[in-house]
Amino acid sequence: MFESLSDRLDSAFKNLKGEGKITDLNVAATVKEIRRALVDADVNYKIAKEFTDTVREKATGEKVITAISPSQLMVKIVKDELVSLMGGEATELNAKGAPAVILIAGLQGSGKTTFSGKLANYLKKQKKLSPLLVAADVYRPAAMEQLRVLGEQIGVDVHLELENKNPVEIAQNAIREARAKNKNVVIIDTAGRLAVDEAMMTEVANIKSAVNPTEILFVVDSMTGQDAVNTAKAFNDRLDFSGVVLTKLDGDTRGGAALSIKYTVEKPIKFVSSGEKLDTLDVFYPERMAQRILGMGDITTLVEKA
Amino acid sequence: QKTKDNFFSKVTKAIAGKSTVDEEVLDSLEEALVSADVGIETTVKIIERVEARVARDKYINTSELNGILQEEIEATLVDAPTANNYDFQSDLPKKPYIILVVGVNGVGKTTTIGKLAYNFKKAGKEVLLGAADTFRAAAVDQLTIWSERTGVPIVKQAMGSDPAAVAFDTVSSAVSRGSDVVLIDTAGRLHNKIHLMDELSKIRRVIQKVIPDAPHEVLLVLDGSTGQNALEQAKQFTAATEVTALAITKLDGTAKGGVVLAIANQFKIPVKFIGVGEKMEDLLVFDKHEFVESLFNLERR
Ligand SMILES: Nc1nc2c(ncn2[C@@H]2O[C@H](COP(=O)(O)OP(=O)(O)OP(=O)(O)O)[C@@H](O)[C@H]2O)c(=O)[nH]1
Ligand SMILES: Nc1nc2c(ncn2[C@@H]2O[C@H](COP(=O)(O)OP(=O)(O)OP(=O)(O)O)[C@@H](O)[C@H]2O)c(=O)[nH]1
Ligand SMILES: [Mg+2]
Ligand SMILES: [Mg+2]
Repeated sequence: MFESLSDRLDSAFKNLKGEGKITDLNVAATVKEIRRALVDADVNYKIAKEFTDTVREKATGEKVITAISPSQLMVKIVKDELVSLMGGEATELNAKGAPAVILIAGLQGSGKTTFSGKLANYLKKQKKLSPLLVAADVYRPAAMEQLRVLGEQIGVDVHLELENKNPVEIAQNAIREARAKNKNVVIIDTAGRLAVDEAMMTEVANIKSAVNPTEILFVVDSMTGQDAVNTAKAFNDRLDFSGVVLTKLDGDTRGGAALSIKYTVEKPIKFVSSGEKLDTLDVFYPERMAQRILGMGDITTLVEKA
Repeated sequence: QKTKDNFFSKVTKAIAGKSTVDEEVLDSLEEALVSADVGIETTVKIIERVEARVARDKYINTSELNGILQEEIEATLVDAPTANNYDFQSDLPKKPYIILVVGVNGVGKTTTIGKLAYNFKKAGKEVLLGAADTFRAAAVDQLTIWSERTGVPIVKQAMGSDPAAVAFDTVSSAVSRGSDVVLIDTAGRLHNKIHLMDELSKIRRVIQKVIPDAPHEVLLVLDGSTGQNALEQAKQFTAATEVTALAITKLDGTAKGGVVLAIANQFKIPVKFIGVGEKMEDLLVFDKHEFVESLFNLERR
């Protein structure tokens, strides 16, 4: 069902051949197609609308030269606009501090615990830091055990308090342990929570105020649909997070949620997670994400993997 | 404090004083459906059906429009065939009744099994769990906690052992124990990973060595906040394991799970259960009517 955007535009543009200018008239049908393609890629409906309005403005008056078809020109305008929206300056993770404290939050099952393990592995191997993982999910059955196993796999210590039901205390104790053991970065894995769960949102806000994190990362499943905006906004309102992590990009989702989130909260996407193994963590490339959303084939990634 | 900003109030405004359903009404309908993850294709189909109905039935008022909308949307959702229709109380179609639970990572498979175990047990059935996720860290421990919580026995092996072997053991054990219902947990897997999908087909074949017509139910669990990718999930899991029913989880949030309309439309798979929380009581038997109504409740905080 996912035809590529260029195919769609070719049919929308069948009336505009050769030279000429893109006008309001011939752009209308195209804009509708672009909007639909974006919505099919799970970009939020309202954002897709605003986005295509901008594209329409940018496209109107553009000269169509014979070397490039009008649909190719439109795709280019759309892609450039997408890249500039998703891009901005690359912001590195701030892992400086004594210790640096990184708080991980997000919905249930989004991939927080796995990402915590990946991040610890990355900081240990790439940045030569000495991380401490903290099991602050006191609810999910075997959540602490899960983090313990991951820590063991990568040779990183895990702060565990199996009997303690208070995540704020656990986080505070962990920081004390980190100082005592000369760990320079603390990664706090928290329970999954819904944005509408008032008590749980208060809990994570309390963890934040207790530990004063260096970074707060919002972990989101790249398969998320239209609701991504509501969730991202609600988490941002409560936590004012510093970055986003997109998970499960090893699937075949278009990942339009990435655009919605970026558009809504204007926070950088810092990492992408693409696998269950702990070494599948990448920094974020706006260009690739734009291509993915548009379904233009992620040629760069394929070439690099080959 | 939640305020319910009902979609229909918007349509009511759009329709006031008009003798027919115009662009404005259809646009707000499109917005409501697409924002619930129904997807463009299915949304367009529904709108066309509404348009056709309206053209045929001529003038309608708002409450009639509401009725038509509900009917047209409910009509896209399919019911389970009577031979495989059950609730917790009724006798199950087969004994032991084997339910294989599948889905992508983190959607709520293990939790849904815990909830199903609780409900079947409460209805007086002998339940057996099979821990065939031997891959994800602490997956067996997680299911073991659910087995303790619900007071239901579990068949398990060491982490890393062959999931098909665990499934085989579980089903064999269910036959000798005389269990009524068997719930087999599997590891989360993305549907585009061929070797992992093949593993599911293998689990299925191995179960059939014990009971040739099993599994009697292959329950595909979908996360209610997933967008259009759920369609691909339904497609690939159906190809690998002949999915017979869907469970939609996490509908206690603001996500609407509207993509099931598209799935029902294309694959004709019935939705049987919905998850509305993390506790064992938080499972509901799917109700078409309520589900369709909830699609139009634009909850804001
Ligand atoms: N394929 C794939 N699976 C992933 C990725 N990240 C996490 N997972 C899997 O997704 C599932 C959920 O991951 P968790 O790390 O347990 O998610 P969580 O957010 O901690 O979940 P809760 O603590 O229950 O809220 C597990 O099966 C993980 O193995 C990824 O990038 N790709
Ligand atoms: N709010 C809410 N959370 C749910 C629901 N169902 C499951 N969860 C949560 O979602 C997270 C993932 O659930 P699991 O049951 O571990 O998911 P899974 O599909 O078995 O995950 P993997 O085995 O890692 O693929 C857990 O934190 C659950 O508590 C639901 O209906 N509502
Ligand atoms: Mg977790
Ligand atoms: Mg599981």
